[in-house]
Amino acid sequence: MESTTAAFRENTAKALGDAKLRDALSKLTDGFPASRREAIARLPEFDALRDAARDIKDHVLANLDFYLESFEARVVEAGGTVHWCRTAAEARTAILRTCKTAGAKTVTKGKSMIGEEIAINEHLEEHGIEPVETDLGEYIIQLRHEPPSHIIAPAIHLSKEQVADTFRDKHRHLSPGRSLDEPRALLDEARGELRRKFIGADVGLTGANMLIAETGSIVLVTNEGNADLTYSIPRVHIVIASLEKIVPTLEDATTILRVLARSATGQEMSVYTTFCTGPKRQDDLDGPDEFHVVLLDNGRTGMLGGEFHEMLRCIRCGACLNHCPVYKAIGGHAYGWVYSGPMGAVLIPGLIGLEEAGHLPNASTLCGKCEDVCPMRIPLPRMLRTWRRRQFERRQTSYPSRAGLRAWSLIARRPWLYRLGADIVVAVLAALGRARGRFRWLPLAGGWTQLRDLPAPEEGGTFISRYHLGEHGDGA
Amino acid sequence: MSDARNDILGAVKAALKQAGGAGKADTTTVVSASQRLGDPRANLIPARGRLGAKARVDLFIREAEQASATVARVSSLSGVPREVARFLAKNNLPMTLKVAPGIAEPAIPWTRETLLSVDEGRADGSESASVSRAFAGIAETGTLVMLSGSDNPTTLNFLPPTHVVVISASEITGDYEESWSQLREKGQEGRFMPRAVNWITGPSRTADIEQTLLMGAHGPQRLHIVIVDEETPAP
Repeated sequence: MESTTAAFRENTAKALGDAKLRDALSKLTDGFPASRREAIARLPEFDALRDAARDIKDHVLANLDFYLESFEARVVEAGGTVHWCRTAAEARTAILRTCKTAGAKTVTKGKSMIGEEIAINEHLEEHGIEPVETDLGEYIIQLRHEPPSHIIAPAIHLSKEQVADTFRDKHRHLSPGRSLDEPRALLDEARGELRRKFIGADVGLTGANMLIAETGSIVLVTNEGNADLTYSIPRVHIVIASLEKIVPTLEDATTILRVLARSATGQEMSVYTTFCTGPKRQDDLDGPDEFHVVLLDNGRTGMLGGEFHEMLRCIRCGACLNHCPVYKAIGGHAYGWVYSGPMGAVLIPGLIGLEEAGHLPNASTLCGKCEDVCPMRIPLPRMLRTWRRRQFERRQTSYPSRAGLRAWSLIARRPWLYRLGADIVVAVLAALGRARGRFRWLPLAGGWTQLRDLPAPEEGGTFISRYHLGEHGDGA
Repeated sequence: MSDARNDILGAVKAALKQAGGAGKADTTTVVSASQRLGDPRANLIPARGRLGAKARVDLFIREAEQASATVARVSSLSGVPREVARFLAKNNLPMTLKVAPGIAEPAIPWTRETLLSVDEGRADGSESASVSRAFAGIAETGTLVMLSGSDNPTTLNFLPPTHVVVISASEITGDYEESWSQLREKGQEGRFMPRAVNWITGPSRTADIEQTLLMGAHGPQRLHIVIVDEETPAP
């Protein structure tokens, strides 16, 4: 999809002024973290499972070629086809070709972040094929032509009134007298509409939460059951997945599933976890005749072995979004592309370029909460700093900020210089601020004093000078 | 396409080699990748499910109810039709059922319950309720394990608004790993995975509109589990 990431500042200003968005975000970021805490409190092994999950993905990445070839061999044995794709364009071509061969007019879709990444819906539409999102949130934003604002709750930015307006606008058969005041009525309307689409679809397109090398299975996790209707009714099932989704065995997938739902929604387990292996068997009464896996690189091999290697462990649970003070304030759309939150701020520059997405790694307080809650223990703050360093090295930041950083690095690496400077600044501020005890305006600190006062320091010098003078808390 | 395959695998190998080779980057396990696939081992299994037979079934029931499923126990397979009729009547639902071929007459004596109108086969979206058979139940989270096949079509799990699942008490295991082992034992020549394995934990739900939790998003609004106590549970 087109990115608006370069306009991050404008996006952010707009988001901060949106009262409805603020309400929606506070519901989300109160609800999910509280449920997560409860679920973890019930499972004493949770942290040990996180270690195990991290180790599985580290092992996979270190042997990725072996596991990819093994996965492919098992898919083929089960009667399926694997399409290797280097780029988003190749993946779009492979999917379109498979749909055309099947004579498809309608394609139902399970929610897929990779589908968003390669903008498959637009591509199918351009070629006369109707893609229908079936996850409720994803369906709503498809009708509104919006990107998802959260990995697992894509329509979280909308109120029920906005959803009702969208349905009245797009569902032409809807009688004006029909009440759509409550979420239940909205769900029933969408369920009815989507039932017809499920039954009539020619192709079902889903993502995959994992790919299993041992069996050639793909794993789908949903709460609605939409992915299951997507693969079990049409004649053709196409799976789109990026290559780092692979895990060795069913047991390894199981370990990761134990941390996935708990981290995402705080459920013990999502309602539906499905392992699909190949097409319909000889005597099966249902299931697709064809099973295709579109295996996408799109920049992943470039991350392998480098500074963003650990990002390939990500299982897209959304925990880092739910706990991020920046995401909580601005929501997902401000990030301007498919992903958002801390994982988005690390991933997006790698996928669409640091020139376009340079603001994102800077929109972080580096508070470290994302790494604390990450089930795969991805060092997100370290990676954000890596992007900042690269920006500095490539001179992509403004001259004043680079000059400021240079000056800072000069001072910070020389303790005597730092202390001298601090002594002078503190003495001057203490003297100037004696009368009022606070500053309403300071040169070079306008960003701070525009919105709040700066308290003047007490007389008597800096912390370090007072410490040296013997003002130790314990003995004083 | 084979160009893309070679390019991707080549890029993976080159990146790993540059990073110091598989051996160096992978300090986490002594088991080689091929051994790992040849002899799949369980990772850490939470202690929660490690219980005696009776406590295991009790935990399964608690967890399934926690996930908003309803549970009933009957003493034998022949008691299932009466329980299903009771459940439908209590919820004011039509007395019509689509049942999985594996548990149609004579496996379960449906015709004894004269109020029920029973048909067998896959679902097409017109049914109001279905009945299928679980392969296993997982006490850890109250999860049902369903296998696809001619005796147990997948569509029965998802299309009808009410889904009833029959399971023996002896089929309830502590954890998922145990059910994978059982499935592997059942298979022949390494081909043990059916087309679809469905783990089901409670009825379908969504919270996509204003975080309001609603049951019955696309799949069933009601999940009713009937546990049959007939077989002697494993010690």
